[in-house]
Amino acid sequence: MGALKSTPAPTEHYDLSEKTGFSLRQIRVLHKRFKQLSEGDDVLRREDFLGISSLKYNPIRKEIIEAFFNRRNFSPSCEGRANEIDFEEFLVVMSHFKPPCSKMTDEQRKSIRREKLKFIFNMHDSDGDGLITLEDYRHVVEELLSRSGALGKETSRAIADAAMFEVARTVGHRDPDEFYEGITFEHFLKLLSNFDIESRMNIRFLKTDVIPGCRLG
Amino acid sequence: MFSRMAPRGRSGLGRSLAELGLLLLAILVLLDGTVLSLEAATSSEIDTHEGKPGTHKNTSKKSFPVLGIKYDDVSVPFEISLWVLLASLMKLGFHLIPRLSNVVPESCLLISVGLLVGGILKLARDEVPPVLSDRIFFLCLLPPIILDAGYFLPIRPFVENIGTILMFAVVGTLWNAFFVGGLIYAVCQIAQDKYSEIDLSNIGILPCLLFGSIISAVDPVAVLAVFEEIHINELLHILVFGESLLNDAVTVVLYHLFEEFMESGSVSAVDALLGLVSFLIVALGGVLVGAFYGILAAFTSRFTSHTRVIEPLFVFLYSYMAYLSAEVFHLSGIMSLIACGAVMRPYVEANISHKSHTTIKYFLKMWSSVSETLIFIFLGVATVEGEHHWNWVFLTSTVVLCLVARVIGVVGLTFIINKFRIVKLTTKDQFIIAYGGLRGAIAFSLGFILHSEHKRIFLTAIITVIFFTVFVQGMTIKPLVELLAVKKKHEAKRSINEEIHTRFLDHLLTGIEDICGHYGHHHWKNKLNRFNKKYVKKILIAGDRSKEPQLIAFYHKLEMKNAIQMVESGGGSKLNSTFPSTVSMQNIQPKIHSPPSARPSERALPQLTKGREEEIRQILRTNLQKTRQRLQSYNRHTLVVDPDEEGFDDLILKKRRMMELDWKLKQMTNYLTVPRPQGSPTMSRARMASDSQAYVKPGAENVPTIKIDLASPQSPDSVRLLDEVVQDQGLTMSLPSSSSRAYKTSGKDDGRDQQKLLRCLSDPGPDVDDDEDYDDDEPVPT
Repeated sequence: MGALKSTPAPTEHYDLSEKTGFSLRQIRVLHKRFKQLSEGDDVLRREDFLGISSLKYNPIRKEIIEAFFNRRNFSPSCEGRANEIDFEEFLVVMSHFKPPCSKMTDEQRKSIRREKLKFIFNMHDSDGDGLITLEDYRHVVEELLSRSGALGKETSRAIADAAMFEVARTVGHRDPDEFYEGITFEHFLKLLSNFDIESRMNIRFLKTDVIPGCRLG
Repeated sequence: MFSRMAPRGRSGLGRSLAELGLLLLAILVLLDGTVLSLEAATSSEIDTHEGKPGTHKNTSKKSFPVLGIKYDDVSVPFEISLWVLLASLMKLGFHLIPRLSNVVPESCLLISVGLLVGGILKLARDEVPPVLSDRIFFLCLLPPIILDAGYFLPIRPFVENIGTILMFAVVGTLWNAFFVGGLIYAVCQIAQDKYSEIDLSNIGILPCLLFGSIISAVDPVAVLAVFEEIHINELLHILVFGESLLNDAVTVVLYHLFEEFMESGSVSAVDALLGLVSFLIVALGGVLVGAFYGILAAFTSRFTSHTRVIEPLFVFLYSYMAYLSAEVFHLSGIMSLIACGAVMRPYVEANISHKSHTTIKYFLKMWSSVSETLIFIFLGVATVEGEHHWNWVFLTSTVVLCLVARVIGVVGLTFIINKFRIVKLTTKDQFIIAYGGLRGAIAFSLGFILHSEHKRIFLTAIITVIFFTVFVQGMTIKPLVELLAVKKKHEAKRSINEEIHTRFLDHLLTGIEDICGHYGHHHWKNKLNRFNKKYVKKILIAGDRSKEPQLIAFYHKLEMKNAIQMVESGGGSKLNSTFPSTVSMQNIQPKIHSPPSARPSERALPQLTKGREEEIRQILRTNLQKTRQRLQSYNRHTLVVDPDEEGFDDLILKKRRMMELDWKLKQMTNYLTVPRPQGSPTMSRARMASDSQAYVKPGAENVPTIKIDLASPQSPDSVRLLDEVVQDQGLTMSLPSSSSRAYKTSGKDDGRDQQKLLRCLSDPGPDVDDDEDYDDDEPVPT
């Protein structure tokens, strides 16, 4: 499985490396994995992901898979969803999980943070309208607690409501008179301002310090 | 108002109290001295009695002793109690003089007191009882401190940084030991001071290495004592503290190793190899013994639902047994104690009642506090007692070498470690880690039990290093931290959004790892958690709580925390996330003009009549006089911050909050609508339990209870407020909204909630402001 006979020409890999900031070795390994998942195909479909056995126990499995097909994660301007993705798009999604470089300016750190938080935002915002509504949030919490059986149903609602209210009060600065439609991305950023996501949302595997100077793809 | 006068008045009061304290101290010391000399007197009396039995019978009949002194029988407990009393009074005294305790860390003050006491005793009796015997130290004084540290160890940061901590603990200590030992040997050989009475070149390499191994270990007691007062960020704290705990294994092994070598006289390569093996055995064995006892304790706690009173006893006994068992086999007792505390905590906390939790917490803090105080005082006393061999060359070179070794060690290790860390350690961090390497009483005790001919000079050197680190480094670290603008401890409350996203991120990262096909540490962490949930929790946790996922547990805690904060003098409407969902519901509901049948479950609408509202306001107003306690961070010495410091501003704040609350309550009445006459009524319960464990200032009274039961409009409202004095963070009322539709089906859940509520109301809750408590439901953080 995942024979390297049909590797794309190295130039393609170089381009990808430029774009996403991965090293060539990492791209090769990820490509192998891509081929393995897609069973030799050039594109990945949702069904291919469902084949991963260890993903079965993950409560937010569906959201994760959806994130790979969400065009907004490919580039900021795209919209909508794809039904199949190619290797480049796979890599772009993966690049959200790069660990931060050791030497980063504040600018870079901010933009990395934005990127990662946008990824999570997109995961929550299922209908893609740029707002996380109460329903969306409830769905998130329910999924998180979905493994705990019926116990979770009631409290998950309460938790989501409480969380939403917290947002509305602290970040949204809403009067009780006003109505709070949903969490915008800016509010989301403010909400998690204490959350050091740039150091937590990483996979060690995807360390990019091998490249001299950090590329933020 | 009294509070305005308080600042001025208090300093005067403080001064006189300090004088009183010193007077008491002097009295105690004199008493101690007289008592001890009395003991000598009585013993001599007995001797004379024994000496002449024959003559007694013929001498005059002794009259009936109306008043007599029989000191011998109670001498030991009497003296012990006297010492503990002295220590506690000292603690009291220091905290009455805040200016002093801000500048000088407590450990320094205590050592100074010890010196003073030792000096007085020496003058009084010309001989000081050797109070810091190693048996007392290792068996009685050290375990409470370590258990306290281990039980409340913040597991998540500890495990996340375990690699770094181990590197510092093992490699760092080894480096320190050999560097200091080797170079001090060189210094001894070189320095030939003809005027000193000691011939330094006599000291062989092995004693030097032994000395090096004793002096190189960072001491947890000293680190805790100093670091608690400077509130640096969590990462640095856990690094230095974790290192000080884990290096015990290294110290134990090195100590025994070099002692053996000294006795046998020769070292071979096999011995070195055996030393390495022994290290592994000591470390891992200690951990295993601790884990074993921890699991036993967890299992025992499962069945204690009918004997709640002795629950804390199990925790303490099992931990102490773990320590002693490890010591029996020459394993690392400290690591065993830490492992026991850390392993048993999540399960035990799920099983025991809230009262027991509070008891455990307070007993541990009390014992460890007293222990630490005693250790430092005895250190001072022992300094005065021993005969010291002053050799300036040896002493200064020891101090210098220790510092240099520490700095080089930290810098070198960080260079290597940073290659593997995601969050690198900066130079500032390295400086603090190096500077925070304090030596303490463990080094002293180990030196005390040496059987070497050079014991005296070693002991002097050890004491010098301890004094230097504790006084100089301890006092200057606080201003240095300020100067370098090191990141301080993050005091913000844990919000529920962050908690949700923590869990979310964990699952997300695990999922991505699975997709990558890479079995990273998220993957294994997840596997461990699933194993824990599936098997271990079922065995060790009683009843239903074994199924409670972490997020729910966190949410319940948060809710209870908010509910408890309801009670604070007067208003205070720093409303938190779980404020009445009535208001929230209105705001965050999408405005749907669909028929009422669409979402009956969405509305959680209690109804407060005007009368009830007024009653609530009245109750809250009467609480205005109560003082507030605030738990800021895990700090053993000041479990509460003195509220008097807030003074006048506080009062204004209270008033403002009261007004805010009034406003909020008005809002509530505005938003109350009659719920649609759907099937099952909406029932929201205000869970207001409160915690009576916080330090209660004298003079606070308990307000009579009122009940708030925000039910459907059909049922009459009753307001239930359990008033006891607790923390302050504003006034909140938490109403978990439960949907009406599912009310019947979730009867079980409700029943459990009810049970929980009863539990809350009948027991005083745990100390909820513990920031590190949030993930105590699982042994491994997810």
